[in-house]
Amino acid sequence: MRARTSSFRAFEAILAKDLRVELRTLQSVPAMVLFAVTTFVLFRYGLDRSALSGSLAAGVLLATVLFAAILAINRLFVAERDEGGFDAIRLAPVDGTALLAAKATALVVYLLVLEAIALPVFAVFFLDSWAGLAPLAGVLALADLGLAATGVLVSAIAANSRARDLLVPLVLLPLLVPVMIAAAGASEPLLAAGGPSYGGIAKWLAILALYDVTFLLVGYAVYDFLLED
Amino acid sequence: MAETAAIQRESGPASPVATSPAIALAHLWRDYGERTALRDVTLELPGGQTLAVLGPNGAGKTTLLRVLATLLRPTAGEVSVLGCALPREAWKARGRIGYLGHEPLCYRDLTCAENLRFQARLHGLGREAPERIAELLDLVRMSRWGGELVRNLSAGMVQRLAVCRAVLHDPELLLLDEPRSHLDPEAAALVEPLIGPAPGRTRVVVTHEIEAGLAEGDHVLALRGGGAVAYHGAASGLSAGDARAIYGGAP
Repeated sequence: MRARTSSFRAFEAILAKDLRVELRTLQSVPAMVLFAVTTFVLFRYGLDRSALSGSLAAGVLLATVLFAAILAINRLFVAERDEGGFDAIRLAPVDGTALLAAKATALVVYLLVLEAIALPVFAVFFLDSWAGLAPLAGVLALADLGLAATGVLVSAIAANSRARDLLVPLVLLPLLVPVMIAAAGASEPLLAAGGPSYGGIAKWLAILALYDVTFLLVGYAVYDFLLED
Repeated sequence: MAETAAIQRESGPASPVATSPAIALAHLWRDYGERTALRDVTLELPGGQTLAVLGPNGAGKTTLLRVLATLLRPTAGEVSVLGCALPREAWKARGRIGYLGHEPLCYRDLTCAENLRFQARLHGLGREAPERIAELLDLVRMSRWGGELVRNLSAGMVQRLAVCRAVLHDPELLLLDEPRSHLDPEAAALVEPLIGPAPGRTRVVVTHEIEAGLAEGDHVLALRGGGAVAYHGAASGLSAGDARAIYGGAP
């Protein structure tokens, strides 16, 4: 009997394939960046405020990242669905969780690239001080993990549905409410008007981390079943 | 339908075989919601032999192949492929099956070589992979297209690449769904050494080419619309005229 391909090797192969295709086709990340920058412009002139701080700044930033993420999540399994990737992967002796991990990692990479561009743009448009940006990037990275862990599950469920474009936001947004609340709670003091403060953010970071771990474990437990017919 | 009923019989295997069956189905049913695609299919295929699957559109041929490939779960009945009970032991059978379906299962935004390298990594091929990929592309005369994106290839070239993908890991069982579709006679001859009959090669071939199916199959499974078995037995026990009758044509 042929041995099962190691999960890490399969994870590497699928992730490398996804990143190569994204680099070649530029289907997700440029759309996310364009969406985020356009949204910042709309907020800048819609709110008619040259500077934002505290909870309002955190809300604008996180809502923008969330909706930009949904663009990528909707496209996460397009090639697998349209070009037979699901079948090709299921025909190989690999653990389904390798696909889950690879897709979640690809989504995190897309989000990190988005944030590397969008965060400075956000700061230029809305912030008086850039001092809180470095810790804010850490908060966003934790939120990205939660977005990816949940997004990959919902995207896989929706992939074979005709109403998938509708299904992803409808199912995903309620699931992401805890992530958004915790990320906003952690971001608010970092974006305070007088400069960043760190009081009370540990609690929100712990909630974010707990959410990430929970949904990563849920994904690990159910993903093989999601891939079955 | 009288002709169809007349050929609904069971025959013995084409030749006596001592080995355990590569495929064993017992009362296999597969439903899609309210619709039954496969109805009480029972058969055995010894290792090293070819089963030709015939039947009109909607008879469940592709469904049967997908069940055997571990891509669909049976609704009822027992399925054993390469000694593995499906779906419980599907993970043991995966990697030992080469599946060539209607879709090439190749990414359009990867090159031919990248697609095969991706498959090789999924199937755990190690250092031998580059040589194997080069050999296969050469066999199907696709070497010069190795660096071309799949989206830029003709349907026939994509089918040749799909053949390479299906046999890349040297599978013990080939499941072929109209494998020569999109191929001109020259291309069909090129892929023949890879997917055609050969000593020790176990194959299940879905085809609409009745004469060719009867000629290359040791056994024949003929399905009627709705997935019922019209004939299962030795290929020599079914004439082309009787097979045509199953399609609803004149015998």
